[in-house]
Amino acid sequence: MDLITPGSGLIFWQLFGFLGLLFILIKFAWKPMLAALEERESSIENALKSAEIARNEMANLKAENEKLLAEARLERDTILKKAQEASNKMIEEAKTEAQKQGAQLIENAKAVIETEKKAALADVKNQVAALTLEVTEKLLKKNLSDDASQKALVDEFVKDLKLN
Amino acid sequence: MTRKFLVLSLLFSAFLLFNAPQSFAAGSEEDKTSFIMHHVKDSHEWHIATFGHTHVTLPLPVIVYSSDRGLEFFSSTDFQNHETHAFGKEYAHEGYYIDEHDHLGRVDGASFIELSITKNVVMMFIVMILLAWVALSAANHYKKNGAVAPKGAAAIIEPIVIFVRDEIAQKSIGPKYKKFVPYLLTLFLFIWFGNLLGLLPGAANMTGNIAVTMTLAVLTFIITNVNGNKDYWKHVFATPGVPIPMLLIIVPVEIIGLFTKPFALMVRLFVAITAGHIVILGFIALAFIFESYTIGVVSTLMVTFINIIELLVATIQAYVFTLFTAMYIGSAVAEHAHDDHH
Repeated sequence: MDLITPGSGLIFWQLFGFLGLLFILIKFAWKPMLAALEERESSIENALKSAEIARNEMANLKAENEKLLAEARLERDTILKKAQEASNKMIEEAKTEAQKQGAQLIENAKAVIETEKKAALADVKNQVAALTLEVTEKLLKKNLSDDASQKALVDEFVKDLKLN
Repeated sequence: MTRKFLVLSLLFSAFLLFNAPQSFAAGSEEDKTSFIMHHVKDSHEWHIATFGHTHVTLPLPVIVYSSDRGLEFFSSTDFQNHETHAFGKEYAHEGYYIDEHDHLGRVDGASFIELSITKNVVMMFIVMILLAWVALSAANHYKKNGAVAPKGAAAIIEPIVIFVRDEIAQKSIGPKYKKFVPYLLTLFLFIWFGNLLGLLPGAANMTGNIAVTMTLAVLTFIITNVNGNKDYWKHVFATPGVPIPMLLIIVPVEIIGLFTKPFALMVRLFVAITAGHIVILGFIALAFIFESYTIGVVSTLMVTFINIIELLVATIQAYVFTLFTAMYIGSAVAEHAHDDHH
C-alpha cells in the first residue's frame, strides 16, 4: 500500500468508526461529564459567592458591633462624668451644710457658755455675799460676846451717828 | 537520570528484537531497510514478530465490493504462499491478488472498492475501544458520585477535558464554543491515543496514515463550513474593504484557502508521525546495515532519545490538530462587530 495514497478501506472504516465513536462518546461520556463539570464549577462558584456574602456580613456585623461598642463607651463616659459631677456637687453641698451646722453649733455653744458664765458669776456673787454675811455674822458674834466690846461698838455707832 | 535513561533504552531495544531477524535474513542493504517502509505503510496482515523462519502474523480480513460481484470476504492468508507467507500476483485467489507491495488487485482489471480490515483499521479499533473505555468509565464516575472531585479514570480525563474546553475551544472559538467541545475532545483524544499507541513496538502507524488524517481533516472541513455564518461567507465571496476588480483575484484565493486549511491539517499530522517512525526505525536499521554491536548500542540510545521526543510530538500534534480545528471553526462562527475587521 502506498504512503501518500489514501486507502479506500481505511477511509471507510475511519469515517464510520470515528463517527460511531463520536456519537457514543458525545452521548455517554462528554455530555454527562461536561454537565457534571459545569455543575461542579457552578456549585463552587456559588459556594465562593456565599462565602463572600458571609464575609461581608461578618464585616458588617463587626463594624456594627464596633459602633455599638463605641456608643456604649461614649455613654459610659457621659454617665461617669455625670456621676462624678453629681458626687462632687453632693460633697460640696455636704461640706457647706456641715460648715453651716458647725457654725451654728459653735454659736449655740457660745451662747450657752455665756449664759452659764453669767449664771456662774451670779452664783459666785451670791455665794460671796452669803459667805461675807456668814463671816460677818461670825465675826460679829465673836466680837460682841463680851460687854466691853458691845459697848465699844455701840460707842462707835453712836460716834458715827453723831457725825451724821 | 542516566540510569533511568539506560533502563528505558533497554526497554526500547525491544524494537530491535522485533525487527532483527527479518533484517538479518535479508541479503542486500536495501532489504535491510525495507522493514521501515513496511512498518510505516498499511498492510493486509499484522506482522508481529519473526522467529527464525517462522512469521508470527495476525491474518486480517480482506473485504471487497464490486458492482458485478457484490460484497466478498477473504482472509489475507488466501493470497499468500503458505510456506514463505509472501504476497504476489501468482498467489491469486478467486480473481483477486495482493502484490509484493501489499496492493490488492483484480486479475481481470475491473474496478472494485476495497473495504478490508487492514492493520491500521485494527489499530484504529483498538484505539477507539481503549478511548471509549477510558472516557465511559470516567463519565461513569460522575454518574455514580455526582459532581464531586474526580478519581480514577476521571482524574486522568478531567484535566484534558478542562484543557480542551477552556484553553482550546473557549479561547479559539469564542462564546459559541460549547457546541464544538465534544468533537474537539474526541478528536484530541483519538489522535493522542493513536500517536502514543503507535509508538509501541509492533504497533501500527495509524495516525501517520494519510487516509486517517484525511478523514479527520475532512470532518473538520465539513464542521467548519456547515457552521459558517454570514460574515464567514461574506469574507470569502465579497471580502470587505477590497475593491471590486481585486475581488477577481481575492475570491479564488479565499476559495482555495477553504481547502488548504484542512489539507494542511491532513499533511501536518501525517508527516509528523510518519517522520518520527521513520527516524526511529532508521536508527534501528543502522545496527543491521553496519552489523556492529557498538552501533547497535549507540542507535538504541538514540532510539530512546527520539522516542522520548516522540512522546512529546504525539501530544503536540494532537494539540495542534485540535487547536487548528478550533481556530477554523472559530473563524467560521465569529461575529464581526465591524465589516473592516480584517
